[in-house]
Amino acid sequence: MRKSSLASMIVLVAVLIPSHLTRAQTARPQQSGTVNNQTPAPAAAPLPVDGWGRPVTPLVTGQKTAPAPRHDLSGIWEPANGPGDGIQPNGPKDMPDDGKPEHNPPYTPLGLQTLKTHKALFGQAAVLQALTTDPADTCDPLGLPRADLFQLRHTQFFQNERQVVILYQFEKRWRTIWTDGREFPKEIPESRWYGYSVGKWEDDHTLVVHTVGTMGDERAWLDNTGRPVSDAMRVEERFHRVDHDHLELTVTIDDPKMYTKPWVAMNKFPMKLQSPDYDVIEMMCIPSETEKYHKEYGDVASETVGK
Amino acid sequence: MKVKLLTVFALAVGVSMLSLPLFAHHGNSAFDTGKRVTMKGTVTEWFWANPHCFLKFDVKDDSGNVAHWVAETTNGPDMIERGWSKRTFKAGDEITVTVEPVKNGKPVGRVLQVVLPNGQALGMAYLKR
Repeated sequence: MRKSSLASMIVLVAVLIPSHLTRAQTARPQQSGTVNNQTPAPAAAPLPVDGWGRPVTPLVTGQKTAPAPRHDLSGIWEPANGPGDGIQPNGPKDMPDDGKPEHNPPYTPLGLQTLKTHKALFGQAAVLQALTTDPADTCDPLGLPRADLFQLRHTQFFQNERQVVILYQFEKRWRTIWTDGREFPKEIPESRWYGYSVGKWEDDHTLVVHTVGTMGDERAWLDNTGRPVSDAMRVEERFHRVDHDHLELTVTIDDPKMYTKPWVAMNKFPMKLQSPDYDVIEMMCIPSETEKYHKEYGDVASETVGK
Repeated sequence: MKVKLLTVFALAVGVSMLSLPLFAHHGNSAFDTGKRVTMKGTVTEWFWANPHCFLKFDVKDDSGNVAHWVAETTNGPDMIERGWSKRTFKAGDEITVTVEPVKNGKPVGRVLQVVLPNGQALGMAYLKR
């Protein structure tokens, strides 16, 4: 066998076999740099760390957890099935834009027309990086409900007798849900990225939040695939604390301008409680870094063959 | 052409063995889905950033020609969850990189796995809690 072929084989083994290990055992060190296990001692496997670089201690151990406290969502919650579960690149978890008829929202003619003007990077009509009109691609805020339906990561709740405040890891945004019994403003003062939210406890462990007055212009998309929203949208979020350590989120979209009837975008998305001393890692869209990314990577990747 | 670019191997083996990360921002349209390129190179820059990091590295062929590769990962905070850090690479590191390349033939792709100088393999799977 020629030397180069042998080298290729070695690298093939070195690269591909550990990939199984990384998937199954989370980035373990390379077990075999050569085919006969004559490599030096492997490097230490990386451990999950928080924003302070401290090891993450799982709060949930699989044991039966305590009952949920009454009217209390306080704490740091993360996707129960891992950090990737809330990313939802192809649209909401339960309504991805995958071509299946049952995942097609009930568009109005205006909704369908608006959808077609959005050049998304994901979904059935995805375009190349350089052609997208996704506002988030240039760091515009996600707003609501996209904050639930794209990049839902660590989500921290603070609350008092008047309000529940949610801090989102992605974009490092926060919003207030008023639980003091107030009604919506008779006239919305101005459209806001995260709208105007009121919440009521439906039972001891379920907070139902309604939001109106969100942005209805072209800078607000419902999800990563460019589904539309209007200023007539009403979003319902149901935060149900299943037990002490588990929370479920259900999101329903009611936007009569864009959709003929309400539809559930996210159904009982599972989250779990993180340790109270976990420091959420900073995660923001940085315009200057985005510009460099587009210039040195995205635009080149988007060039068509022969250009 | 005989090159140090070790090989371009695709489909059956690669698809089954390398897990694809979730690149949530910038779409899949540009990429030659399922294709894998593995090569040895020298790091020239590790750009740790939002919304995406990218790794620049040079790959030299037997004739001495150098290809300047650039390959993206997800963003910094997300990469921490996968066991990577801002200090994972420094310029001059000799590494073996597996990427999914773009369709247009440019030396551009997205990182699927890197073998560091110390032999440690870093993939795109999230660390388990």
